[in-house]
Amino acid sequence: MERRYINPYIGGVVLGVVLFLSFFLTGGGLGASGAVSRVQVGIFDLVASFHVDTNIYFTKMGGGTLNSFDSASVWMLIGTFLGGLISGFFNKRLKFETRKGSKISNKTRWIMAFIGGAIMGFGARLSKGCTSGQGLSGGAVMAVGSWVFMFSLFATGFLFAYFFRKFWEE
Amino acid sequence: MFPLESLGKFGLYALSMLIGMGFGATLEMSGFGDSRKLAGQFYLKDMTVVKVMFTGVIVAMTLIFFSSSIGILDFDKVWVNPTLLVSVALGGFIMGIGFIIGGFCPGTSIVAASTFKIDGIFFVLGVFFGVTVYGETYPLFQNFAESGEIKRYLLTDLFSVSTGTMIFLVFALAFIMFYFAEIAESYFGKKTPWSEISLIPKNKIKIASASILVAFAFILFFMGDPTPQKRWNRLSTTEQKLLDDRAVFVHVDELRELMHEDIAFLKIVDLRDESDYNLFHIKNSKRVSLKELSKKESILEFQQLPQPTVIFLVSNGERLSAEGYKILKSYGVTNLYILRGGINEWLSRYPIEGVSEIKNSSEESLKYRFDFAMGSKYPSSFPDLKQFPPIEFPKKVILKSKKLASGGCG
Repeated sequence: MERRYINPYIGGVVLGVVLFLSFFLTGGGLGASGAVSRVQVGIFDLVASFHVDTNIYFTKMGGGTLNSFDSASVWMLIGTFLGGLISGFFNKRLKFETRKGSKISNKTRWIMAFIGGAIMGFGARLSKGCTSGQGLSGGAVMAVGSWVFMFSLFATGFLFAYFFRKFWEE
Repeated sequence: MFPLESLGKFGLYALSMLIGMGFGATLEMSGFGDSRKLAGQFYLKDMTVVKVMFTGVIVAMTLIFFSSSIGILDFDKVWVNPTLLVSVALGGFIMGIGFIIGGFCPGTSIVAASTFKIDGIFFVLGVFFGVTVYGETYPLFQNFAESGEIKRYLLTDLFSVSTGTMIFLVFALAFIMFYFAEIAESYFGKKTPWSEISLIPKNKIKIASASILVAFAFILFFMGDPTPQKRWNRLSTTEQKLLDDRAVFVHVDELRELMHEDIAFLKIVDLRDESDYNLFHIKNSKRVSLKELSKKESILEFQQLPQPTVIFLVSNGERLSAEGYKILKSYGVTNLYILRGGINEWLSRYPIEGVSEIKNSSEESLKYRFDFAMGSKYPSSFPDLKQFPPIEFPKKVILKSKKLASGGCG
């Protein structure tokens, strides 16, 4: 039987301590989307090195002899995956399934997830960080841009939630 | 002093992986692998995300600024996301739409995928696609995406308040949000009838935890931001030893040599008062008073000079320069040097015709009497190598590149 999730405030305190340790020990915060971008460029570099070298955005990460995988953020991404896996294992939550609203099919949910992910990936690169790297990490060190980002993200979510309510109905 | 600087590449990678594991596990345990929970916040049914995120932010913020305040963390070496107002506002807008459609944000989708949630796996593939599209189309809006960058722009700068005050304001905001989040959750999520919802917080543990955080903020508020003198005292004794051993006092000829070599970045800072500066100064030197130098904006400017810029501090003697040195050094400015003997030694090495020496002047006053205030128009402002042939002197300038940690998302 799947275990219950922990109290959100306790989760928040633990998250805050992890975030603090990240800043305290390495000088940088948490993140995810930047590393996804690096993995993407790294894979492109393996199959189409020329394309990476000629694209001004990709070349910053994987141009010439640069190895796009050679970055602490990529290791953090691997760690994030492992951490989720380990926690999922001990809490008996490892299960192939699709979490969705009851009114839509699995296939619809997958398509929505892909589209949402694509939009998020694009947006995260534009704002130079995702909810973790820009919102959470920048928020904790009081970066003005990060607070603007967080309010913009949540306000938009609430604003558009009405149009997508069908997808999340219980 | 933290953050650790001598980790080495593999130490850093291993540590990053461990921190990532903590991050992933925390997200998973809080339920961020479940898209319904994440999307639920936008229908006010499940406020987990808001609670976890904001608790995380205020806890981390308090710990970061507290450890900086007691001197175990050097905040200047901590990465702060640069502010690009238009990009982050628009990026946030786009991500808000992506969030409600896809039900995840990039970090949480990794955790969902790691616990085999198929929608999470599709989302990760989507992110992969999205970052590819961004890179491919980047040339089209490159100027727009990179415009208006302000480095290290903090809320304390925006509102012109101290760190302690700002932490109070953020706490107030967070607690108000938690309060309404709880009410919204019971009404929309648990469908508790309105009449049964208590508007007065009763949970003792929550009140106690909030009080602990507020107590921390109080301490921070009263400790204030560390002064340059305090920061200098905290630096290791090796810094004081560099001053005592005169390792950073550079011979006038070495500065002249650097000026002639036309090295990429040389910044000469003249700390004297305006009248002395107007009488005579070294070519391309900029006058900044000690008071201006200690201001936040100017420290920021020095911290963000292109690397490696060599900075020379100049005064009539050495006392003012040494004070300026301590201030800038305490904020982590590198490649910083003092002109040995100051302008007085400069003028005795490269004398100006018709300018006579004043006897019995004090150490920090100009030892020469000028009849004309010609600033840097004297030949001695940029002494010729032929007119004053080089002599032997001990070389002291060593260029060092400073590396700042970059953000995880960068």
